[in-house]
This record gives sequence, C-alpha cells and structure tokens, in this order.
Amino acid sequence: MTSTPRIVEVRQNVLKRNDEIARALRQRFQDAGLFVVSLVSSPGAGKTAFLEKTLTLLKQQYRPAALVGDLATDNDAARLARSQAPVKQITTGTLCHLEAAMVERALEGWNLSDLDFLFIENVGNLVCPASYDLGEELRLVLLSVTEGEDKPLKYPTIFNSADVAIITKIDLADAVEFDRDAAYRNIEAVRPGMRIFEASAKTGTGLESWLRFLMTATRDT
Amino acid sequence: MHELSIALNILEIAEEESEQRGSAPVEIIHLKLGALSGVVKEALVSAFQLAAEQSAFPHCQLMIEEIPAAVYCVQCNAERPVAGPQWFCCSACGSIAPDVIRGRELQVSALELAQ
Repeated sequence: MTSTPRIVEVRQNVLKRNDEIARALRQRFQDAGLFVVSLVSSPGAGKTAFLEKTLTLLKQQYRPAALVGDLATDNDAARLARSQAPVKQITTGTLCHLEAAMVERALEGWNLSDLDFLFIENVGNLVCPASYDLGEELRLVLLSVTEGEDKPLKYPTIFNSADVAIITKIDLADAVEFDRDAAYRNIEAVRPGMRIFEASAKTGTGLESWLRFLMTATRDT
Repeated sequence: MHELSIALNILEIAEEESEQRGSAPVEIIHLKLGALSGVVKEALVSAFQLAAEQSAFPHCQLMIEEIPAAVYCVQCNAERPVAGPQWFCCSACGSIAPDVIRGRELQVSALELAQ
C-alpha cells in the first residue's frame, strides 16, 4: 500500500526567531527612550568615518553609543572609541551580516536608559543585511561617490529596505566626476521618496543637516 | 552569502512542526520566496541540499514558490507588479509607487508529511 503524503499548512516566517528578538529589542529601546540607527553599505563606503564624526558631534550634548560588526579585527571599534562614546565590537567570524541576537548579546552590561542614541554599524555588505531586522528605528544606507552612481540599481533590495541614503566622501565628487543627478535618479527609482544627504566625514560638509534630520526623527517617534 | 543559515532555519521550522505532529518525516517543504527577500534562489537550493543531508530529513525536498514584487498604485487604486526590480513604479500606468505589498516573503507555507 502506498500512502499519500499529508499536507499541512504552516505559514512560519523563516526568520521568525530573528524577528522576535528584534521586536523585543525595539520594545526595550522604546522603553529606555533610546533612538537606534543602523548603517549598511559596501565595504569601504565610509561607514566608520561617518559614524565617528556623528558620535563626536552628538557627544557634545547627548549620550551616544555604537556597536560595530566585522568579520574579524576590532579596528573599527578602536576608531569609533576616539569619539569617547561607549563602543563595542561584534566579531561575526564568517557571518556576512549582523543578526538581532548578536545585538542583544552585545548590549549585555549596558544600561540602555543611560544612552540617548545607539548606532549599529553592520558588516560591509549590500546583500545579506537586508533580510535581518535588528530592532532599529532608522536604517541608513551609505553610498560613496567613488563607488559609482549605479550602486542602487545593482543592489535594489537593500536600498529599498533602508529609510535614508547618505552619499559619502562628497569632497571627492569632482575628482571622480560623480554624476549627482544619476545617483539621485537611481536612488529614487529603487526607493521612491527616500531622504538623501550628502556628507564628507573629512571636511564635515553635510553633517549638520544630517544631525538636524536625526533630531527631528527622534522627536517624531 | 547567508543562504546556508536560511536553509538551516527552514529545516529547523520543519523539524519543530513535524515534532508537533507525531514526528512524521517531512518529505517536501513549501517555501514562499519574495523577489525582495534578499535571498538568492539558486544559492538557497544548493545550501538546502547540503543542510538537508545533515538533518532529520535527509531526503526532504524544497519546493520554492517565487513571489514577484508588487506595489500598491494610488493612481490605479490597485495592486500592480513593479515595473522592474530597479523601478518601483506601477507597471500599468508608470506612476511612482513606493508601497511594497508583496515580495518580501520568506516563509515556510506548508509541509508534506509522510503518513
């Protein structure tokens, strides 16, 4: 006798564990009055430099902190620590992205009510981090002028998953003949209505309007 | 390349669900895979084969239903496919449509269990 298989409906999200942890984190962040921003980009787009400047400027009036993910080394944490803000490195080993559980573990020992802002710098990767909710309020995607204006078209999923785009290394725009209109057009195509900022961590250009936006976003939540 | 950990998550869900149903062996896992899920189908298929071999159901198959990205178009007042993966506008009228209503799925929808 051959038996026919029994079909059962399941409807379980594959990333449900991550989503559950992320939801719990989001609740903890809200309860503690902590505004959480994550950063994604390709390797070398300038996440760490942008974040170091952001932390240094925020530190004058607020209590910011950062978690930074990398496959190996704690070089980025050492750079960010120069801002005098609390920083923790998450070393992912071979994993190409951060997951909510790693954020949860990294936060152990920190009293979240002592902080106003938390930045989570993801592993440099424009593919995998798109799928993982980290409990953040705002996701930034960074694109440097040296990378080419078509990055948003090549990686539409991650650009679509982000809330704000930062065009970094804007001081090099002329030198690399950066086509600003094309970049804006491409970002608009994959994520209509996305806020875009231009910034240079080196010269400080654009950081003021980014921070002003951040303050407004904080008040809106 | 995070498809191996995705494959392991899929098998974990199948194992849990099977346990709740008298540990019947899972023959087929049905998965909904959205175009915006960030998961590459081909990479997932080969990662799944590797992962399944080490799992409780070494002969289990993965059936993938691909879900194209769809947006809500205000102009048409309807759900429409996106014009393309890089163009979040309505494929019918061309107006900009940022509201994604389908395409982010990464969900085990059903299991086929041996009797």
